[in-house]
Amino acid sequence: MIDSIRGDNLLSLNDLSREAIVEVLDTAESFVEVNQRSIKKVPALKGRVVASLFFEESTRTRLSFETAAKRLSADVLSLAVASSSVKKGESLRDTIATIDALGIDAVVMRHQSSGAALQVSRYVPHVRVINAGDGLHQHPTQGLLDAFTIRQALAERRGTTGLETGAALFANLHILIVGDIRHSRVARSDIAAYVALGAQVRVAAPGTLLPEDIENWPVSVADDFDEALEWADVVGLLRLQRERGSGSFVPSLGEFTQTHGLTFERARRLRPEVLIMHPGPMNRGVEIDSRVADLPAAVIERQVTNGVPIRMAVLYLTVAGSKEGSPK
Amino acid sequence: MTAFILRQGLIVDGATPQVGDVLVVDGLVAAVGTRIDAPNGAHEIDATGCWVGPGFVDLHTHLREPGREEAETIESGALAGALGGYSALVAMPNTEPALDNVALVSYVLDRGARTPIDIAVAGAITQGRRGEMLAPIAEMAALGVRLFTDDGVGVQDPSLMRRALTYAKPLGVRLAQHCEDELLAGAGSMNEGAVSSRLGLVGRPALAEELMVLRDIELVRLTGGAVHFLHLSTQRSVAMAIAARGEGLPVTFEVAPHHFTLDETSCATFDSMFKVHPPLRTLRDVAALRAALVSGDVDAVATDHAPHAPQLKDLPFDEAPAGMLGLEHAASLTYEALGAESSDPTTFFQLLSRGPARIAQLRHGDHRVRHSAQGGALNPGDDANLVVFDPRQRWTVRREDLASRSTNTPYDARAMTGKVRATLARGRLVVDQGELA
Repeated sequence: MIDSIRGDNLLSLNDLSREAIVEVLDTAESFVEVNQRSIKKVPALKGRVVASLFFEESTRTRLSFETAAKRLSADVLSLAVASSSVKKGESLRDTIATIDALGIDAVVMRHQSSGAALQVSRYVPHVRVINAGDGLHQHPTQGLLDAFTIRQALAERRGTTGLETGAALFANLHILIVGDIRHSRVARSDIAAYVALGAQVRVAAPGTLLPEDIENWPVSVADDFDEALEWADVVGLLRLQRERGSGSFVPSLGEFTQTHGLTFERARRLRPEVLIMHPGPMNRGVEIDSRVADLPAAVIERQVTNGVPIRMAVLYLTVAGSKEGSPK
Repeated sequence: MTAFILRQGLIVDGATPQVGDVLVVDGLVAAVGTRIDAPNGAHEIDATGCWVGPGFVDLHTHLREPGREEAETIESGALAGALGGYSALVAMPNTEPALDNVALVSYVLDRGARTPIDIAVAGAITQGRRGEMLAPIAEMAALGVRLFTDDGVGVQDPSLMRRALTYAKPLGVRLAQHCEDELLAGAGSMNEGAVSSRLGLVGRPALAEELMVLRDIELVRLTGGAVHFLHLSTQRSVAMAIAARGEGLPVTFEVAPHHFTLDETSCATFDSMFKVHPPLRTLRDVAALRAALVSGDVDAVATDHAPHAPQLKDLPFDEAPAGMLGLEHAASLTYEALGAESSDPTTFFQLLSRGPARIAQLRHGDHRVRHSAQGGALNPGDDANLVVFDPRQRWTVRREDLASRSTNTPYDARAMTGKVRATLARGRLVVDQGELA
C-alpha cells in the first residue's frame, strides 16, 4: 500500500491507501479556489517542465492536464503522438528518451497499451510519470476526480465541505457502475478509489461486458439492473467502448440501451438525490438518454470542471512533493 | 588421431548409471569402462562429480536465419546451444521467408553443417505458414526433414490439418503443432485470468490451447498420422496428451522450461520479457508440468528458444513480439525442476536427449546433410555427441554474457544450479570448462 503519492509516480490507483487518496482530494480542494480567481495561476511549479505525451487521441484529458499544469505555472511540452509506436518504427523507449533529453520533470502519458506508463517509468526513473490512461488498465486521475465530485456534491448537501469530511461520506455509500466494465480503465480506477474510500460498489452489465474473473473483484454483481438502480446512491455510467471492439460484445447498441442504458424512464424512477455520472465522451442515446444527461442530478459537467483541480493536485504532489514529507 | 577421455563421471547411458571413463577417438566413442588407459596425447577432461551422457537435442529452436539475423543466426544459435549442452537443434521454419521448400531447407542445412553441432530443420506444413495450402512435404522429407510445423501458430483449419496428417503418414514424418485456437486466443497477450483482468491485458485462455490438443488427438485417431505437441502449458493439455499416448495413439509432447518455472504473475510488471505464446499459465499448471516431468510422463523438454532484437522487446507489452531465450539455461532449469540434488539422472537425459532424439528421428547418414547419431546409449562406434553436466555448480544468469545475439531472457540475475561443463559434438570438443573451446 502506498500512503502518499508525494514525490512518486501515479500509475494506478490499485495500491493507493485511503490516506493517499484523501490527501489528493484535500489538496484539490485548495486548488478549486484558484480556479475561481480572476487570475487563475499559482507559482507552485514555476520553472518545472511537464511533458504531455498522448499516443492515443484525447481532447478533454489532455486539455485538462495542460490547463492544470499551466495554472501551476509549469512549462508544458505538448506532443500528440497519435499513432502507434510500431507504425512509427520507434520504440517507446526511444520516444521517451527523446522527450527526456529536452529536460523534463514530469510526463503525463496516455497510451493505447496497458502498462505503457509503468514501462516508461522504468526508462526514466528520475522523471515523475503520471498515467493519463493506459489501454484497459488504469485511468487514475479519472478515478480521483470521480471520487472528488461525489464527495463535493454530498458535502454541499450537508452544508459542509469535502475537506471537513475526509472519507466519511463514502461509508456505506452505494455506488453502481454500469456498462462496459470489461474494457474500461475508468471502471478499474473508479472501483479502486471507491473501495479504498469505504464505499460499496455494485456493477451492472451484460455478461459479455463483465471481466472474466469478476468474482475476484471487490464488487457485487447486480442480478437485475432496475433493482440495482433502486439500491444506488450514485450511478456511474461508462462509455460503451466501440473503438475497442466492445460493439461486438452485444448484439446491437439498441439492445444494450434496452437492457443497460439509463433511459429517461429509468432515470425518472431514481430517487431524486441519486447522482448520475459519466466520464465522457458520452454516446448520447446509447448508455445515457440525452435528456438524462442534462438533468440536475447529472454531475457530468462538474466532473469535467473538477478534472483541473484534481490534476493540479496530482502534479503538485508528485512533482513538488518529496517522499520524505511535505512538498518542497 | 585425436582423442578425448572423460574421467570418472557418472555415466548415464540408459542402464544403471555408473562412475567411469569414456574414451573418444577420432570422433567416435572408442571405449566405456570403469577405468580406461588413455592413449598418449589424449585430452583429459575431469568429469568427477559430473553426469556424462548423450548430448542434448532441442526440438524447438528459432534460429531466425534467414530474415532476422539481427536477432540470431544459425551460427550464433548453434554456439548458444553448445553452451547449453546441445549437440543437435531442430530449427523452426518461421523464418522470413518461411522454410517451406527444398531450396530454403537446403540453405539452413548447409549453413548448419558449418556449425559445430547438428542442425536439423522442421519444415512448414503449409506454404508460407499461411494455413491454406500444403507445402511440398514429400520433397522436404526426401532431404531428411522429419518434423513439420507452422509453429508460431497452429494449423487452424481442421480439414487442412486432417489432410496434412493423411499426407504425412506414409512418409513417416511427424507434424508438430503449436496448439492455440487463434480465434479464441488471437487478440491476447498473456494468460487469461485474474492477473490479465487486473492488468487490463486481453487474455489468451487455456481453453484455446486445450481445444486444439483435443481436436488434434481426434484427428490422429481418425487418420493414423503422428503428432508432436509443441510446448504444452496447461494441466489439462498435458493430461489429454498423456492419455492419448496411453491409448497407443502416435502422440508425443514437449514442455518448455519457462512453462514449468514461471507463472502468469510474472507479467504483473508489464515486462515483455515474460510475453510468450502459449502464455505463462497459473501456478497450478506449473505444478502439474513439474509433476509430469518428475514422473517421467513428458516425452521431451524443448526450449522454444525465441530470440528477439532488443528494440522489439522495448515495445509495450501487447505490441511486443512473444518469445524468450532458452538454450543456455534449459538444462539447469530442468535439473532444478526434477528436484536438484534428488533429481534422477536417467530422467534428466531422457527429457533432454533421448526423448527428443527419438522424436527428431535424426538418422546417421541422412541424405544431403550427415546428421550424426543422437541420444543413443554410449556404445563404442557411435558418434561422440556427449555432454558433461556438473550438477553442483551454481551460477547466475547475466543476459550480457549469453552467446545468443539477443538478450531477451526472463532469467536475468537468477541464480541457477547445475551447469554444462563440456559438450562434444560430432566428436569435437565444442565446450570445455563451461566456455566455447
